[in-house]
Amino acid sequence: MSTATTPRPLTDLLSIEDLDAEQVTAILDTAERLAEIAARPIKKVPTLRGRTVCNLFMEDSTRTRISFDIAAKRLSADVINFSAKGSSVSKGESLKDTALTLKALGVDAVVVRSSSSGAPVQLKRYLDVPILNAGDGWHQHPTQALLDLYTMRTHLGDLAGRQVGIVGDVLHSRVARSEVQALQLMGAEVVLVAPPTLLPPRIDSWGVRVAHDVDEILPHLDVLYLLRVQRERMHRAFVPSMREYARTWGIDSSRLARLKPEAIVMHPGPMNRGIEISGDVADSDRAVITEQVANGTAVRMACLYLLLAGAAASAENDDDRDPAPAPAAASDQARDGAEVEQ
Amino acid sequence: MSDGVRMHDERAAEPLRGQGELLLAGGRMLDPASGTDQHLDVRVRDGLVAEVGSDLAAGDAEVVDCAGLWVTPGLVDLHTHLREPGFEHAEDVASGSAAGAAGGYTALCAMANTDPVTDTAAIAELVARRGREHALADVFPVGAITKGLRGEELTEMGEMRRSTARVDFFSDDGIPVADALVFRRALQYATAFDAVICNHSEDPDLTAGAQMNEGEVASVLGLPGWPHEAEEVMIARDLILAAGVGARLHVPHVSTAGSVEIIRAAKAKGVRVSAEATPHHLSLDDELVRSYDPVLKVNPPLRTEADVHALRAALADGTIDCVATDHAPHAAETKDQEWEHAPCGMLGLETAFAVVNTELVASGLLDPLTAIARMTTGPAAVRDVGAHGGPIEAGRPANLAVLDPQATWTVDADRLHSRSRNSPFHGRELTGRAVHTLLRGRFTLRDGQVAASAAQPQEETL
Repeated sequence: MSTATTPRPLTDLLSIEDLDAEQVTAILDTAERLAEIAARPIKKVPTLRGRTVCNLFMEDSTRTRISFDIAAKRLSADVINFSAKGSSVSKGESLKDTALTLKALGVDAVVVRSSSSGAPVQLKRYLDVPILNAGDGWHQHPTQALLDLYTMRTHLGDLAGRQVGIVGDVLHSRVARSEVQALQLMGAEVVLVAPPTLLPPRIDSWGVRVAHDVDEILPHLDVLYLLRVQRERMHRAFVPSMREYARTWGIDSSRLARLKPEAIVMHPGPMNRGIEISGDVADSDRAVITEQVANGTAVRMACLYLLLAGAAASAENDDDRDPAPAPAAASDQARDGAEVEQ
Repeated sequence: MSDGVRMHDERAAEPLRGQGELLLAGGRMLDPASGTDQHLDVRVRDGLVAEVGSDLAAGDAEVVDCAGLWVTPGLVDLHTHLREPGFEHAEDVASGSAAGAAGGYTALCAMANTDPVTDTAAIAELVARRGREHALADVFPVGAITKGLRGEELTEMGEMRRSTARVDFFSDDGIPVADALVFRRALQYATAFDAVICNHSEDPDLTAGAQMNEGEVASVLGLPGWPHEAEEVMIARDLILAAGVGARLHVPHVSTAGSVEIIRAAKAKGVRVSAEATPHHLSLDDELVRSYDPVLKVNPPLRTEADVHALRAALADGTIDCVATDHAPHAAETKDQEWEHAPCGMLGLETAFAVVNTELVASGLLDPLTAIARMTTGPAAVRDVGAHGGPIEAGRPANLAVLDPQATWTVDADRLHSRSRNSPFHGRELTGRAVHTLLRGRFTLRDGQVAASAAQPQEETL
């Protein structure tokens, strides 16, 4: 992880599995530099001026979509929002035709969200522009994991050897899959705490510790990461009832008291208050959930920057290229950029 | 509908070509029915094998040089989806039997999940007749076990058995008969006609929403899995029920090591069971699914490497009786979707011999005669496929394949004869290929070129 070497350029962000620790560190470092833009009166730099980013959202999403939208706009990219809910042939246009349409429109990058695991990987077959996975099925949500690392790093510094407990519905969670891989990349130790019915098959192959007793685990953690548990899981006998789930695995203030004083509580949102997390825990000063949201913008800006400008920069060996130039220079161009979007 | 005709080689369509006397000379005859593995010539006259022997005189016969090649019975596939009637955009009897001819097959068992379903004698006779019209392979329809594949009421098996299609093999393939009572009655009823019942081995409760093999890869890919237990539970149930009523059970596309163990134990106890494995389950595993290429989506799913090895061993020791392709064409527009929306199924007819030869014979696991047995006598023992599967002897119809075990080729899905392109072997280099295929003495494949359909084009648009 020498800072002297240039990390492998980022060509796509499909899965955390494709990244190495150097690339992750580069993304987080870039995000740190870009975060400062949010504090400026005019929150915009011209870095991606003239570039078109398409947000292809084939599954409902408000939070992630808005976060990507803001991230691209703060870098002065033109943003196209393409909703193609339910893209199978039976419901409308196929993934292939959608991809060919985007190709014909000449977009420079595609941010894709799909309810189907693997859709961003499949899209890559038809599109030769960078593809950024904004969540696919149960598979991956890499920017969520990166913004979580960023948040953890802010609070804990180096993550090597840190204990992170992920509690909840791991089976159906794309966040958990990305999160575990990202944490392992940074040297953190992960323990999954869940009902056995909500753990993925062959969990022994993940290289994590698995526990079922949340109370026993809490005192050892530096980070308690809670996952959303959906009500529909009651129907196919995953868990007996919401009540049983909340009492056995949910985090309330008495469980919060078992954590180390410096440990933080995280949640990718949206929360089910009263189920996996009680309202007072969500609102406590131990919870960094709104910080996660704020950091999401900076991390997504960093990803877009490295995908669209970073590769070109390293190809030209132009290490000095600044993703966040001075505010004065930015403001004029930012206004131009805003006009383009009208 | 003329696609099937367009792609055929006109040269091979000359009516007299292959109709006169032929001498297949200098080849290695592999005839499992007679246990023959030696260099013998085969004379073909009037659609029949006229003579088998060493160094036969050519006389007036056209000599087909088979030096370095294997002369075998035409291959027999117990499990083919020809898609006609109903899904002709993916395949029809003409294109599917052209694919069969290209793969060395002379007999294809057409699965019942057509539209309308092959659940009456009328549909079964239609499918068989289409095979005769095109004359590229003999088509033996599989009848549905239950009306409309709904798993509720039995089909009129007796009438299908007595029809000109002579259906003696029933399956709701693709859909398990989940209701144990209905399935038990189907087994009992079929014994009246000495028919074979074949159940798609999958407990549907255990596979709700399944997308690939449940295991390490599915865990990472975030795809819900078919647990191997879902297959094994159903096979165990079916074997217990079949043993109880003394019925004949055929287990299709065995895919797990556990299934092999269950079948092996049942055979040891004398249960009347036969089993098949597909070329893809014998050669590919679920690691490939990491690409999310929907061509690799199939039911049962590609399993693990350990399962592949268990299937190979079971094929070698006879626990699995035969290789069946489960040739399942899907049009590109339906297959090329998000993984979860893509239908299950892979092409198989044109690559089956090559896969078996490359993966099992070249590796030394199967000797050539056993490999050919699993593709000829093996399936022919499961149901009545007439004069297919050997033996190759004077007086019998000349249903033959001439195979080149050394030919190395790269599979190109765009150049296959199937109307669909969903070959999991696309881009792979395989060794072994059919050179000639003869159906009753007529070339359906000659020098690697498929003959034209015998059907008139106007008849094709029925």
